Amino acid sequence: MERTAKLYLGAVLVFLYLPIVVMIAMAFNRSALYEMPFTFDLVWFKALAQNDRLLQASWNSIWIACVNAAIATTLGTLAAYAFARYDFRAKRLLQILLFPPITIPWLIIGTSMLIFFFWTGIGRGLHAILLGHVALSLPYVIVVVSARFANFGPQLEEAAASLGATPWQTFWRITVPVLLPGIIAAGLFAFAVSFDQFVISYFLAPPGTSTLPVEIYTSIRKGFTPEINAISSIIILFSMGLMLIVARNYKFGGDN
Amino acid sequence: MSRVDIQHVTKRYGTFAALDNVSITFNDGEFFGLLGPSGSGKTTLLRSIAGFIIPDEGTISFDGEQVESVPVHRRAIGMVFQSYALFPHLTIAENIGFGLDVRGVAREDIKKRAAEMLAMVRLSGLEGRYPRQLSGGQQQRVALARALITRPKVLLLDEPLGALDRRLRQEMQVELKDIQRETGITAIFVTHDQEEALTLSDRIAIIDQGRLIQVDAPQTVYERPATVFAANFLGDANVFRGTPVAEGLKLADGTVIATLKPSTGAAIVRPEKLRVAGGHKKAQGNSIEGEIIQAIYSGASVTYRIRTKVLGDTPLLAFIQNQTGEVLATGALVTASWDPEQTIPVDA
Repeated sequence: MERTAKLYLGAVLVFLYLPIVVMIAMAFNRSALYEMPFTFDLVWFKALAQNDRLLQASWNSIWIACVNAAIATTLGTLAAYAFARYDFRAKRLLQILLFPPITIPWLIIGTSMLIFFFWTGIGRGLHAILLGHVALSLPYVIVVVSARFANFGPQLEEAAASLGATPWQTFWRITVPVLLPGIIAAGLFAFAVSFDQFVISYFLAPPGTSTLPVEIYTSIRKGFTPEINAISSIIILFSMGLMLIVARNYKFGGDN
Repeated sequence: MSRVDIQHVTKRYGTFAALDNVSITFNDGEFFGLLGPSGSGKTTLLRSIAGFIIPDEGTISFDGEQVESVPVHRRAIGMVFQSYALFPHLTIAENIGFGLDVRGVAREDIKKRAAEMLAMVRLSGLEGRYPRQLSGGQQQRVALARALITRPKVLLLDEPLGALDRRLRQEMQVELKDIQRETGITAIFVTHDQEEALTLSDRIAIIDQGRLIQVDAPQTVYERPATVFAANFLGDANVFRGTPVAEGLKLADGTVIATLKPSTGAAIVRPEKLRVAGGHKKAQGNSIEGEIIQAIYSGASVTYRIRTKVLGDTPLLAFIQNQTGEVLATGALVTASWDPEQTIPVDA
């Protein structure tokens, strides 16, 4: 029984991580055609440094993901605060409306955004991509931060008010710090939703502008080069490092 | 240290009146207990004084100054919550100092005052701990110190000892009372625990369905309850109903019991005021014949439940001091008697 379980676990890890490991290894292999034996070389990283299109696309992606995380986390936290602390008309309806965008296929959302942005004159471009990403990640942020609110009643804020704290002081010194693990998790979520996003970015990117996933897709269609392995490796190591730091500092679902 | 004046305060939720024209004055330095069942409005009253609830009608004043439109953070109150509501991300010292910190008091002064408060609640040395590292009783003390550090006009306590176990609760009752005396602060607390109300309060208000039933010293509320509800809520009571006659109260079976004062149709007698003797024989004062249906021996005292014709299904309750070591058996025919002065007329 235990053997089967271990085997199963091993299989899961292999299927999850082996392709990534192979890709990272190939980024350091001299051959462009995945030929063995493995010969260590940084040639693809050097080539990457020359590839302005790929670098520009990476920079666009990082920039959009960061700005998106900042905007979506701010708006989403405020929305979660309103849901948790105020009663207003149609609150329940609005809460229910949070979920469809998560389940509607991105292809459909992307198409409708393209049509809508074209129709309203917003057009295409990095600003349109950012707008689309914010709209897309907002529901995730609200759901994640609301979960944090669920085990945080109004008593702490009432206690702060009773001690003389203004609503502003209470928000910054009590509400935000207590919610912080949730806010950070939501921010990472928003970053990931944007950074991973292909379909919507693809639809909203005008010719000559692209994000990393869009650029990778375009390059693969033109003919694969290991430079993509190189940039992907950098991103994987960076994001895994980030996640490990977060995982070390925050227990899953627990307090702090 | 202030006088808190509540005048004609009403708070409605839809058609339900959580507070129904309540007027009450809390005197300077008084320790005041609001006692009532859950949903009676006692918490609504406390939260109205704090400023979390704005009454629909009526006025609330601190030392003659109306505060209904003053927001919570400018009311100069201190509040202790049932759940303590300590800030989990701040240390004990930071929790206690919070009220001074938001007022912009200098760091050094905060530190000094926080240390004083910690000493007062006997928690010196725990400055650097976090709330989750403290026991329930310790958290309770921190909450108290935090509420008192700003020298509020009035201290409000919402079921302050409700989350503690019995032993700790009794210990904390003594401590709470001492601290209140020391600081001389006006303190108002909400409880549904009658023992807590009797032990701590200088005066008690019994609240039911948004109305004040009785406001008096604990002893008065217990010995001279105003209504059947007050009598039953604070302690146990045998309730007699009948028609008022010159001598007292005429019960359904024709028995007349003498009352302390003329009654309006109901009177109570506390179970510990009864005497119980074997056999059916006329005793001095008021007396009723019956049969013991339950005898509970608890060492220092014996509790009898006695079936009587006039009370029907409701047994007559008697608490008897164990002076002889004898216990009357279940099924024994007995006569319960008591003094007319202990027969207190109440409103139905």
